[in-house]
Amino acid sequence: MESQPHNRDISGNTALDEAQRVKRFEERIQAGERIEPKDWMPDVYRRQLTRMISQHAHSEVVGMYPEGNWITRAPTLRRKLGLLAKVQDECGHGLYLYCAAETLGVDRSDLTDELLSGKAKYASIFNYPTLSWADIGVIGWLVDGAAIINQTPLAKCSYGPYARAMVHICKEESFHLKQGYEIVTKLAQGNSAQKEMVQESVNRWWWPVLMMFGPSDSDSSNSEDLMRWKVKLFSNDSLRQRFVNGSVGQAKAVNLTLPDPDLRFNEESGNWDYGTINWDEFWQVVKGHGPCNRERMRMSRKKHNDGRWVREAARAYSARHPEK
Amino acid sequence: MKMEKNTTAENEEKMPLWEVFSQAKSGKPHTHVGSLHAPDGTMALQNARDAYARRGSASLWVVPAEAIIASTPEDSPMFFDPAEDKVYRHPQFYKIPRSVRL
Repeated sequence: MESQPHNRDISGNTALDEAQRVKRFEERIQAGERIEPKDWMPDVYRRQLTRMISQHAHSEVVGMYPEGNWITRAPTLRRKLGLLAKVQDECGHGLYLYCAAETLGVDRSDLTDELLSGKAKYASIFNYPTLSWADIGVIGWLVDGAAIINQTPLAKCSYGPYARAMVHICKEESFHLKQGYEIVTKLAQGNSAQKEMVQESVNRWWWPVLMMFGPSDSDSSNSEDLMRWKVKLFSNDSLRQRFVNGSVGQAKAVNLTLPDPDLRFNEESGNWDYGTINWDEFWQVVKGHGPCNRERMRMSRKKHNDGRWVREAARAYSARHPEK
Repeated sequence: MKMEKNTTAENEEKMPLWEVFSQAKSGKPHTHVGSLHAPDGTMALQNARDAYARRGSASLWVVPAEAIIASTPEDSPMFFDPAEDKVYRHPQFYKIPRSVRL
């Protein structure tokens, strides 16, 4: 599917050609056109997108582990069905995204290798443990809620295959959000032990969720190119603010408190001001020192090895039963 | 047979790429929804159901990605040129008396 960009015109004037191509590329993006796999694109754009989409795919895959942990312990069959369907969706999202990444000329197996060797990153939120059933509700409400705010703009990003995958994903995420908030509501209306459990869970997850939007704008490198090329449509801080503004009312509606003494409404800006994020913790987790980084990596490798016989059997079967 | 070759470590992950088309409802066109890797068409179709039709579909097609012949962006202006100047292919080109409704 992938074609190499043609970098040379007949006269061999590559430098001018490149500048013209970049100009034409940026004009197309400004005009709201989508870039498709075979179109010419700057190398930096290709690399950034490959990194973004594959990290996103890895995050969907690793995101299955903390929640998968509770499938066998879901309190009712209804909850188990919902959670199972949600985890299957995450798996599907990983697949849509790996395929979108492949349109940029990388190989799926190389992306898998990068995840298993620890070279590739995934969302740091999944390095936190799921200690109680309430965590499943809070993940659906806050983690998926934050993901939706991050991802909805990506459905309008300039790269066609990524944007189209995001349209599918966002549609399915809305079920995740609702199943989470339903669990949270039920626990928040329950007995005192249940209320305590869900509040404790919110207290643990709130700050790591705010970190999901990434470093503050002042510390975020290469954002400018990404914004101009419509790979990124809003800054980290503006998306984080949008999330905080929405969460305050949602917490209040079920009588939960968000663990931030500095949280207050700012009449002037119309936003909810929030306290200082512990960026040291964020960078520690990103660098591999979060509570569950090693467990997630161990699980990724185990899952890959445990599934090998299925892939081998599929190949062996098709080799013995050629079609037509 | 090809089998030995296929089970070596470096080839372990390589499976052909399939493009998936789904028809949302009977009577609607099949539209491209994504792609996946599978060793053959039957398994590609089963995997397409699990990956791209978890909430239903009226019909699914899988097509080997390498079987698709596509126009290239470099040639597009010339390739589609014949349609550019043929305004007479559109109804707006023709004038009829205002009093008549067609």
